[in-house]
Amino acid sequence: MHIYIGKRLLVAIPTLLIVSIFVFSLQKLLPGDPILAMAGEERDPQVIEFLREKYRLNDPVVYQYGYWVANVLQGDFGVSLRTNQPVLELIGEKLPVTIQLALMSMIFAFVIGVPMGILAAVRKNTVIDYVANIVALSGLSIPNFWLGIMLILLVSVKLGWLPASGYESVFVDPLRSLETTFMPAFVLGTALAATLMRHTRSAMLGVMKADYIRTARAKGLSERVVILSHTFRNALLPIVTLSALLFGELLAGAVLTEQIFTIPGFGKLIVDAVFNRDYAVVQGVVLCTAVGFILMNLIADVLYVLLNPRMRASL
Amino acid sequence: MKILSRLSTMLLASALLVTPAVAAELRIGLQDDADVLDPAQSRTFVGRIVYTAMCDKLVDVSPDLKIVPQLATEWAWSADGKELTMKLREGVKFHDESPFNAAAVVATIERNMTLPESRRKSELSSVEKVEATSDYEVKFTLKAPDVTLLAQLSDRAGMIVSPTAAAELGANFGTKPVCAGPFKFVERVQQDRIVLEKFEDYWDKDKVFIDKVTYLPIPDTTVRLANLRSGELDMIERLAATDATSVKQDSSLTYADVVNIGYMALFVNIANGPLADNPLGKDKRLRQAFSLAIDREALNQVVYEGTAVGGNQPFPPNSPWFNKDLPVPARDLEKAKALVKEAGFERVPVEMQIPNNPVAAQMMQIVQAMVAEAGFDVSLKTTEFATLLSEQTAGNYQLSRSDWSGRVDPDGNLHQFVTCKGGINDTKYCNPDVDALLNQARASTDEAVRKQKYDAAGKILDEDLPVIYLGHQSWIWAFKKDVTGFVPSPDGMIRLLGVKKG
Repeated sequence: MHIYIGKRLLVAIPTLLIVSIFVFSLQKLLPGDPILAMAGEERDPQVIEFLREKYRLNDPVVYQYGYWVANVLQGDFGVSLRTNQPVLELIGEKLPVTIQLALMSMIFAFVIGVPMGILAAVRKNTVIDYVANIVALSGLSIPNFWLGIMLILLVSVKLGWLPASGYESVFVDPLRSLETTFMPAFVLGTALAATLMRHTRSAMLGVMKADYIRTARAKGLSERVVILSHTFRNALLPIVTLSALLFGELLAGAVLTEQIFTIPGFGKLIVDAVFNRDYAVVQGVVLCTAVGFILMNLIADVLYVLLNPRMRASL
Repeated sequence: MKILSRLSTMLLASALLVTPAVAAELRIGLQDDADVLDPAQSRTFVGRIVYTAMCDKLVDVSPDLKIVPQLATEWAWSADGKELTMKLREGVKFHDESPFNAAAVVATIERNMTLPESRRKSELSSVEKVEATSDYEVKFTLKAPDVTLLAQLSDRAGMIVSPTAAAELGANFGTKPVCAGPFKFVERVQQDRIVLEKFEDYWDKDKVFIDKVTYLPIPDTTVRLANLRSGELDMIERLAATDATSVKQDSSLTYADVVNIGYMALFVNIANGPLADNPLGKDKRLRQAFSLAIDREALNQVVYEGTAVGGNQPFPPNSPWFNKDLPVPARDLEKAKALVKEAGFERVPVEMQIPNNPVAAQMMQIVQAMVAEAGFDVSLKTTEFATLLSEQTAGNYQLSRSDWSGRVDPDGNLHQFVTCKGGINDTKYCNPDVDALLNQARASTDEAVRKQKYDAAGKILDEDLPVIYLGHQSWIWAFKKDVTGFVPSPDGMIRLLGVKKG
């Protein structure tokens, strides 16, 4: 098992390298000059030239990439062109926010999606199944930004139950933190719940056709035990993999949702950074997200093995 | 009797104890997040809003755009216009309790002129040297007469920072800014909030009624308004014009607007690279036709719900610098068609690049339809802002829509855009007569002379039209009914002196 994890981590290195090269080149392909974007209305040629030199933007692209990699290897991710803040510090500020939002979204997704999926599978082709499908389809089709604004108007403006936007850290004020992240997590969670529900349903249906389920029923086990201990346990495998991947995606930040609810997480950071051509920030965040995604993938695979005894032998 | 008087004393005492206990906190929603909080390096508009509360300047600007005293109490120009002497306010302290004096002013101005990262260099480019002539008097010596310096000193270039803090933090001053304004810096969380609190030793503290100010960047206008309505915020800036009516009808909110000092405009590529070779760039009759085909009042009504004003000059019609001999033209389709014909065209193809925000897009689609009737086939090229800016600078455009936030001195709205070597002259229009007039206007300390020069230059520009002015938006604020004392200012700043809550 340890060897397996070690191997996977080694494979991650070239992946990260490719990701960083890809993002670096994509950014350079974007029209628009970071220094001009920074300068805005104050375009003093002397200062522009100084800043270009300072951030080495006059050097060939390959050199620029080289400097960046060399610095990253020494733990220096550079500074934001826009605010002069070190990128690592920015990531340190935003990552906890994004993780909190991702975790809460996953909870919503699980609580809504999995039971609905089980129910839809057990009551296949009944009203319950159809309703669950309609709900899932709506969850997938309703755009996040629309649902977000509607929720703000209803819950914050009309009812005054929750703050419309903003964020507070869990460590400063846990209650306020929950209040501010509740709606955005719900919005993100509903969309994920739909995906989870569809996958749970099909996984359950697949397992329910298996011989061992018929055997379990033939043994006279109660339906409850058959569904939860035998069917669901086996259907859990693809759900766990999927969840880990969805969580990885959430770590990239939820651009629209964060924008609507003004949550200072990765999504907002990266959007602002792209608009300002803040190269160092974009690079840093993408690298961090890629690491997160690779880790989640690895965790998914490890969990898969832990949950499925048949796989253990193959390691 | 004794009991009665004792009782009344106790009542009075308890009343006194109870009343002032509530700290007034003002939460203000901004459209963007500020950049570096260092007046020398900053460049965002919202950054300036924060400074208005945090950093006092040598001089300020009144709502009618006059230069008024702030840290400097009085000033005088020498006869040749090359020396500006300022008397400074005594008894002023910075937030770190160090004293404000002539040495601090000299240190700050020199920092603005020499710090490699400083964005204030061009604003202070006319300054030869600045020196302390006594403890509370400074003298600016200029390379050439430049009356616009006063207006520069009314903004970031004139924000005096604590020399101790500036020396200690250098280019990182923005992490912990120390100024001499009514509120001092407490904390900042990127893209989330900037918190300031009342500075107890402020020189004009009797006018400060707010204990704490929090600025929250909320880019989405709908969400910003929702936050105001739900009570999360006390005030928001840049309300969308489309929400103006609903705010005015809301009994819990107050609406305020004022026409701003900037402008919306179309820049025509006159001589900036090969793309200048297009009918509109080559023939001023076509530019005149284009301008005449636009119904500016209709744009104001449809896109801005009547909150903007149409314009044809770099100054709004209510500005003292507006040339009344050149009134905003009404739409004249016949004349526009005649001009197109005179130029030898049936249809004129033209590509216009526009920023990708919904309001600008809507406005330019209407313009596209309006000028089509006069014979212009406009194709719209929607571009994200950073790209638009660099394309415009590089000359990769025929017609480009971009706006200017405006400067207090008329020079700032004109000189750098239309003089041959102007720093932001993206059209590369070059006319020695215009250059001469604008340079003379810059050098004179006599307002009447300046006005005459701007009028003369404006007349030429109105004929040549390198820049087709479309109009002037309003700054719109909305705030809770219990917020009082706010005076809207055409520069869009939020001045908190005299503002009360509750």
